[in-house]
Parts: sequence; structure tokens; C-alpha cells
Amino acid sequence: MNSQVKLTVQNVVGGAILLAVVLAVPHFLKFYHQDLLIYLTINILVVCSYRLVTLTGEWSLIHAVMMGVGAYTASLLFIHYDLGMWFTLPLAGGASALIAALLCFPLLRMTQFYFLIGSFAAGEAIRLTWIEFVSVFGGTGGLRGVEAPILWGIDFIDPIPYYYLTLLIVGICLLILYRIEHSRIGLTLHAIHWKTPLAESVGVNAWRYRALAFILGSFFVGIAGGLKVNYLGSVSPNQVGIGFMVFILIWVIVGGYNKFYGPIIGVIALTVFDEAIRTFEVLRPAIYGAVLILSILFLPLGLESIPGKLKSWFGIGTAPNEPPLTDQ
Amino acid sequence: MELFLQSIVFGFIQGGFFALFAVGLVLIFGVMGVVNFAHGELVMVGAFTIWLLHSQYGIGYIPALMIAVVLVTAIGLLMERLLFRPTRSDPLAGLICSIGVLFILQVVATLVGGDGPSKQVTPPYHGTLVLFEFMRIPYQRVFSLIISASALGALWFFLTRSKFGWALRAVAQDREAAELQGINTNRISVIAIGVGAALAGLAGGLVAPLTNINPHMGHNVIIIAFIVTIVGGVGSLSGAVLAAILYAMFHTFMTVYFGGTVATIFGLIMMVVVLIVKPTGIMGVKVSE
Repeated sequence: MNSQVKLTVQNVVGGAILLAVVLAVPHFLKFYHQDLLIYLTINILVVCSYRLVTLTGEWSLIHAVMMGVGAYTASLLFIHYDLGMWFTLPLAGGASALIAALLCFPLLRMTQFYFLIGSFAAGEAIRLTWIEFVSVFGGTGGLRGVEAPILWGIDFIDPIPYYYLTLLIVGICLLILYRIEHSRIGLTLHAIHWKTPLAESVGVNAWRYRALAFILGSFFVGIAGGLKVNYLGSVSPNQVGIGFMVFILIWVIVGGYNKFYGPIIGVIALTVFDEAIRTFEVLRPAIYGAVLILSILFLPLGLESIPGKLKSWFGIGTAPNEPPLTDQ
Repeated sequence: MELFLQSIVFGFIQGGFFALFAVGLVLIFGVMGVVNFAHGELVMVGAFTIWLLHSQYGIGYIPALMIAVVLVTAIGLLMERLLFRPTRSDPLAGLICSIGVLFILQVVATLVGGDGPSKQVTPPYHGTLVLFEFMRIPYQRVFSLIISASALGALWFFLTRSKFGWALRAVAQDREAAELQGINTNRISVIAIGVGAALAGLAGGLVAPLTNINPHMGHNVIIIAFIVTIVGGVGSLSGAVLAAILYAMFHTFMTVYFGGTVATIFGLIMMVVVLIVKPTGIMGVKVSE
């Protein structure tokens, strides 16, 4: 069990340095990289909300589509009712949460492999609906024409103001996610993951908690979808297809999903890595595939386990208690 | 009426092709507990081999088909030894590894075939079989039906009559108990993935002259394979074959009358309904936890 972050001198100083770096970064980057930084910040929210869903031990394949639900909601509200981002963001999250709540009834009757495939099927059916009903959802081309808002004379279409806005919203969401994980709810989710029968025998309604994790995770990824479409200006079914879902899985697994910050390390490290291998063009997916396989084979607990491993290798501190990867 | 009958026959032939790769997926999942996400890519490699050898280098269709099967089997065996065996304790790790393989195979196919438009293979068998004046079946599809039916027949014979087949089914039912009986489960895993991959390669080789070949064709294949596997019942081979034929007919009908996307949407909804109403599928048996 993770311990909560305490208010020590080291943590305060470290947090201040981190904040300064995060605030200063966009000023040292070119325009193209500023774009990338915004997407990276949004993807951090995507992986962290996905982690909330996986806390119960169930891996869903519908998370990317849920992001799409948020993005489509925000776009439709903007296009038809001219609603600004301040309204569409919460509504995007709400729409994703609503769809997730409806899907709970069929999907959460399943576990493990069945849940994986069932969630994949449900997501794919939603995605194909967007492709099929061209008049409402714009078909394969998707919806375009969404504009970032102007507030207090600041035009958020510029990358730097939009980055700060994204940072603020993502930061608040991460704080909430962190609090949820370390609250009673989070502990119960962990209990359901490792010992479902035991948790149920002490009166925990496992179904209800799994539904709660699924709905909350979908809510936050819906917000991420709204954030993305307001900057990018368009959304299409292929943006949120199985390809993006696979990337979410890779980020979470390469980073390590046993700790809150694992997926964040994963998404940052792999985005930087992805930029580094940009010159290889066609080969990029294969390099990704190889990195994925190697990290599963040689670093099954992800990048976040490296410091602990190094420490125990040098004989400093004790070897970390590695929880088993699966419940038997 | 003619369209109706024609759809039934075409659906049936399509079903034979669906069954080939779905059975392989079921076999691998049953014996090793791994969802092989790269299964569609194995089919794609089979189809690409036909394109490369038959269309580009002019090797005969039958020898090219054989080479495709051998090549895909070899890929499957490598995946078992290098990826699935070390990660056996964690089914999720096996799944993620197969996604890695998926990326690699797609890139290899792009490098071999170039990133241009989809490839076509001219069907090696020309002409049409005319039945009762209104039923027209191209000889290529007749050939495909014969080969897939005999491959599935051979598999059935192997599983129910041979010692290896018995051992394989024993491992699928209960791995530990099978080990206690002195069955070498590693060898059985190798056989399962070998047979599964060979069938996928065969399916790719058979479909090559009938479809557009591109590095991303595996995506549709894996969706079909999932639907068929779930509807037929995870772990049930006869269920998978039956579901493949039923689903292919359903899909052909829906495509004829409502278009391909609606057909797939309804297929996916059907699959979710089966998962809710009868998670063990139409022919499924209870899977031991």
C-alpha cells in the first residue's frame, strides 16, 4: 500500500522545483513542441484516469472511446449551441460518465478476459456508430470547427495560455484522482482487486465499487477529450480507435501501474522517446513494439521500479515489496 | 430469392474462412490462456506472402500457399518460445507482448510491400461454377471452401483421435491436472500455437486472391475472431466453427441489405448480448477458474 505524500521540507522544495520547471518549459520550446506539450499534459490525465479503472484489477479497452465521447459532446455542444469551453468541459465529462453508467449494466457482469473483450466490443460499436451516422457525427472525417475560448482578453488558441489552462485543469483532476485513490473508496478498490471474496464477505458491494471506478475514470477521460478537442479543433473516430487505446496500455504498463506516478512517468518517457525516434518514420511502430516486449520481459513492474531495484542492487535500503502481478 | 440463396452460399464459404482463424485463436487461448492480439496480423502475413511470392515472383499458388503456412507457423512458434512461455504466470503480459508483435509485423509488411495502395492478387482459378442456373460461385471460392473444410476436418480428427489431441484438450481443461498426468505442457503449448498459427497462415493465403491486402487488414480479422470466439463460447472449437458460419451468413445478409458498417455494429451488439445472456456461448462449457 502506498503511503500518502507528507508535508516535509524535501517534498515542499521538490514540489516547488517541479512546479517551476513545468511552468517554464513551454518558453524554451518551438511551436511544434508546444503543441506536443499540451497533448502530453492531456495524456497524463488520460493515463491517470485509466489507472483508476484498473485499480479493481479489470483492464478495459473502452477508455479511448470514452475520451471520444467527451470530445464529441464538447464539439456538438459548441457547434450547435455555441457553448464555450467552460460549460462543455464538465458536460463532456458528464456525458462520458453517463455512457459509462449505462454500460456498467452489461459490461460489469463480466470479469477478466470477458470484460476485456466485452469493453472492446462496446467501444467499437460506439465508434462505428460515429462512422455510420454521417449527418450527426460527420462520419470518418469527424467533426471540426471547434474553437478555443477567449477570456479576459486572453486568446486561448495560442499554445502557451492554453498550456497553462490545461495544466491547471489537469492538475486539479490529478489532485482529485490522487485523493480518491487514497480515500476509503481507493482502499476498497484495492481490496476488491486482491481479495474479492474477502472484501465481499465483509459487506463490500464489489459491483457498485467497480461501477464507481469505471464511471469516475470515464468522467475524467471525458474531460481530457474535451480539453483535446478545444485545442485541436476537430475529432474523428480514428483518433480514439484501438490504436490510441493500445498507446494508453503501453504508457501505463511501461511506466508501471502499481504506483500513482508510474503511468505519468510512462507517458512522459515514451513521448520524449517517440520524439527522439521521429527520424525513423516507418520503423517507429516496430521500435515501439520492441520496447513494449522488452519492458514486459525485463521490467514487468515498469519504469517506476528502477530506483528501488538500483537501491537494492547497491545494497542501500531494503528491496521493495513487490506485489504479485496477478491475483490467482 | 436468388440473392437470398446466393448470400447463403457465399456466407457459408466466408464462414469456413472465419472458422480457420477463429479456431486458431480459441486453441491458443484455451491451451495457453493468452489472447493473441496479433492473430489478425498472422493472417495478414499469410496474405502478404501470397502477394509477394505468387504475384511478384511468379511462384505457383499452391507452393506459395505452403510457404505461407510454414512461415506463419514459424512466427507463431517463435512467439510461444520467446514471449508467451516466459510470461505464462501473467495473462495480461502475454496479451501486451502480442500487441508488440502486432506492431512489428505491420511494419515488416509495410517495408516489404511499400506504403502504397492495397495490393490485389489475381485469382489463380478462373471461371465460375454454375449451379441450377442461378447460383454462380467462382472456382476460387470453391477451392477456398474445400481447403478450409478439409483443414478443419483434419483438426477435428487430430483433436479427437490422436494422443496429442487428447493431451491438448486435457491441458485446455486443467493445466495442473494434465501436468500431474505426465503431460509435457510446454510441448502441448508449442503444438497448440503451431496449429493455430498454421491455420491463420492458411486463412491468409486463401483470402489473398479475394480481398485487398494491406498491412492493416488484421484489424477487421481480429474483430471477427473475437465475435466468433465469444458467440461460439470461449474454449469450444465446435462452437467457434458453428458461430463462424452463422456469423458469416448474418454478416453477408446485413452487408447486402444495410451495408458493412451496420453489419459490424450489429455483430458487436450481438456479441455483447451473448456475453450477458450466456457468457459460455452457444456451445460453450464452463471454463475452470
